[in-house]
Amino acid sequence: MKAKHQRLILAVVALVALITAGLLAASALKDEAAYFYAPGDVKAKGVEPGKPIRLGGMVVKGSLQKAPDGVTIHFDVTDGKATVPASFKGIAPDLFREGSGVVAEGAFDRSGTFQASNLLAKHDERYMPRELQGIQYDEKTYKMKAGQ
Amino acid sequence: MIAEAGLAALWLAASLALLQLALAAIGLAGGKTELLSAVRPVAVAQGGLTAIAFALLIALFLRSDMSVLLVVTNSHSMKPWLYKFAGTWGNHEGSMLLWVTVMGVAGAAVALFERALRRETHMATLGGQAAISLGFYAFLLFASNPFARIDPPPADGQGLNPLLQDPGLAFHPPTLYLGYVGLSVAFSFAVGALLTRQVDAAFARAMRPWVLGAWILLTLGITAGSYWAYYELGWGGWWFWDPVENASLMPWLAATALLHSVTVLATRDALRAWTVMLAVIAFSMSMVGTFLVRSGILTSVHAFAVDPQRGTFILALLGVYIGGALALFGWRVGAVREGAPFELVSRETMLVVNNLLLSVILGLVLIGTLYPLMTEAFGHKVSVGAPYFDRIAGPVALTLMIVMILGPLTRWRRDRMREVTRRIAVPMAVGAIALVALAVLAWGKIGVLPFLGLVIALAVAVGSVAPLWKRNLRRTPLFTWGMVIAHLGCAVSLAGMACDSAFTVEKLVAARPGEVVETAGWTLRFKQILPLAGDNWTALQADMEASRDGGEPVLMHPQSRFFASPPTTTTEAALLTRWNGQLYVVLGQEADAGRWQLRIWWKPFVTLIWLGGFLIALGGAMALIGRERRGWLLKWRARKAEEAFA
Amino acid sequence: MRKLLIWLPLVLFLGFFGLFASGLLRPDDRIITSKLVGKPLPAFALPAAASDRPPLANMQLATGKPRLLNIFASWCVPCAAEAPQLMALKQAGVEIDAIAIRDARPDVDAFLKRYGNPYARIGLDARSEVQIALGSSGVPESFVIDGRGRIAYQHVGDIREDDVPMILNRLRSAK
Repeated sequence: MKAKHQRLILAVVALVALITAGLLAASALKDEAAYFYAPGDVKAKGVEPGKPIRLGGMVVKGSLQKAPDGVTIHFDVTDGKATVPASFKGIAPDLFREGSGVVAEGAFDRSGTFQASNLLAKHDERYMPRELQGIQYDEKTYKMKAGQ
Repeated sequence: MIAEAGLAALWLAASLALLQLALAAIGLAGGKTELLSAVRPVAVAQGGLTAIAFALLIALFLRSDMSVLLVVTNSHSMKPWLYKFAGTWGNHEGSMLLWVTVMGVAGAAVALFERALRRETHMATLGGQAAISLGFYAFLLFASNPFARIDPPPADGQGLNPLLQDPGLAFHPPTLYLGYVGLSVAFSFAVGALLTRQVDAAFARAMRPWVLGAWILLTLGITAGSYWAYYELGWGGWWFWDPVENASLMPWLAATALLHSVTVLATRDALRAWTVMLAVIAFSMSMVGTFLVRSGILTSVHAFAVDPQRGTFILALLGVYIGGALALFGWRVGAVREGAPFELVSRETMLVVNNLLLSVILGLVLIGTLYPLMTEAFGHKVSVGAPYFDRIAGPVALTLMIVMILGPLTRWRRDRMREVTRRIAVPMAVGAIALVALAVLAWGKIGVLPFLGLVIALAVAVGSVAPLWKRNLRRTPLFTWGMVIAHLGCAVSLAGMACDSAFTVEKLVAARPGEVVETAGWTLRFKQILPLAGDNWTALQADMEASRDGGEPVLMHPQSRFFASPPTTTTEAALLTRWNGQLYVVLGQEADAGRWQLRIWWKPFVTLIWLGGFLIALGGAMALIGRERRGWLLKWRARKAEEAFA
Repeated sequence: MRKLLIWLPLVLFLGFFGLFASGLLRPDDRIITSKLVGKPLPAFALPAAASDRPPLANMQLATGKPRLLNIFASWCVPCAAEAPQLMALKQAGVEIDAIAIRDARPDVDAFLKRYGNPYARIGLDARSEVQIALGSSGVPESFVIDGRGRIAYQHVGDIREDDVPMILNRLRSAK
């Protein structure tokens, strides 16, 4: 009887702990999971400033500008449907260049500029970030087109 | 010839595994006990053959035999021999061969050295080990043959990923692998015990050293991997919550829980079903991790060859082994008697709470890792990163650390609240003082988690040595010392993590050669940029002089390295280690004419993170040696007594 | 209660298993099929990429006989892995032309010397323009071109040993 009783307490505690953990996880995922947006989605759905997202697209040719401090860059990201301005402070990956694909982690500020905290450029010619599949960049017209 | 011999050894080992399984199955189920005596020699032979196959693959790599496809795609005759050697397992096929080799050798070790287990359970365990091995042999032989030839042989190989040309990466994956696969022994023990229904304290005592051994290697592997990512990726971070890292963390969490529950089972004969369950889960997590990394269904910075066909094969193995073991668990565990009871205030309860919290962390990490996969099934693409994991796992881990103070200071079976409170008074007081002092000094300047982390780290550091209080230190058993050191390691590591996130100073500048950059009390003189060439790379190197408080300047050389084949750029961060922290300098790109991007971090006490990890592993090793030596001593004394009696 | 708890891990695992399986079986969207399959080749005329092979223009691919158009680069590792299969195809009587992407003549020459040269003509696409016009997203890729110069099939990635019979079939049925 005693053992049963004590087992029951443990089981209840365990269950409560697990349910609490599950709820915590659900709420944290709701806040912290960064959804992937292409500039077209940003335009269509809107993203509130400060919400962490991943922005993916191509770096528009001719849009890359270096700020006077030498460590901040400004560039435009496009998916052919829309173009959004972005900026990044830090050491950009070597394969980050104009006309190349990029996935940026960060959030929009109030002025609508995407403040990237991290840039993930594609590693090589064969690699496309999973999120960018189906998008192609036309080097002649500098436009994006949907591949599918 | 060598390649053919290797393949033959592998086939022979696979057929011996089949024989081993058949002998054990017929012997146990059919009651033909005379067959059982053949199981152990077969297991030893099988282990030996896998070791031979692996040695032959190493020989092929060292000789740069370009008629073997794997050598061609992963090696080059001009490479330093160390990387030829490490190249053996720096690829899919080689690492899978390492996997079956560890599995085979571990099985042989269980056959040779395991004496504490009952005979039937021992045989069932060896049968289980053979059954798991068989699946991986099939995977190796049918879907990833490491000995395949290429005809005609090319003149030379295609090199190795330059990121892999690093002594750290050459040796941390195999360490991790030894840990992963070492857990297969615990899995087989659980399966064997379920089959023979012998889950008791003796079983736990037999299983404990194997779990401990695998856990030590996992700890070392994760620690080394974290340090590798820290200095090689050049991002200044030491843990990125990347799927590959999570894949190594999850088995560790399960193994840590298992290590504690197996102690409860060994000492108090309680938590029988739960311990068996954890043993199954621990190795399952190893397999799930391998699957996630190899199948490419989750994207990661540590890229591996993506091959859906191989993914399907591993998934099938996963289904058969994990599903099978869990079904066996459901079917048989009802027959396992309930263990001994214990009071609510007792060490058992503390260890149950430890297990519960570890399981919660494991579940949270698993959910976070798989969440992108779940949402993708519904058409949303998300990524889950550090913000989720820090926010969710941080508080639970800190709670766990508090329980870590309580556990060792609580008695087995029954204790009194008042007594426990008295014993934890000193660590709690230290924690309280630290809390007040930090609140006065740094309130509002550092985040909540690092703040609590520092406080709890201090309390745990004191609490972890408290079990030695008033004891004769020379007569304290080695395994008690092991526990103390391992827990102290946790405190040290936590302190390092908290210091890193609370006090790191970062500076990002574009500087010209000749300029001086000042940050966090350091003066860095950027002298010049030089081109440099290595064996298979060219680099730009910054020459810098770092000094503090007018002290002797130290040279630092951050590099940006370019490898020609395959074309890759890597950053080689320059690290300057002092007792109180590390200076971390990364050279970026040329910002504009003559100015170079420099990223500088001063990270106070960051090295404690890995020192702590090392202490944890050391504690484990002490516990392992202590237990084994004691068992040996007891046996020796018993024999002496017998002789004296005769 | 205990009964239920005992089977809970298995049920959870089966859930994860289903998730993994769906993750694996989801069509690999990395492969982008060209919308150009069934359509004529875009017009292009490329300079020669190798010193001992003539240049390539789209008209030269419509010869009344199916041909294979291989997109490769000397800096691409999978292209080297694919070389033996291309040699095998050539030996089976397939006529193969190639476009080298973002490449330089000395590099192409060295690559062909080392891995064999199965190509009749090789064009140099220094800026990936033709590659993009073809709807190709990476190297290597291969296109089966029918006798009238239309794209009959696009193969993304390297041609493996098991792919060779399939490619031969495609060529045969392309007419």
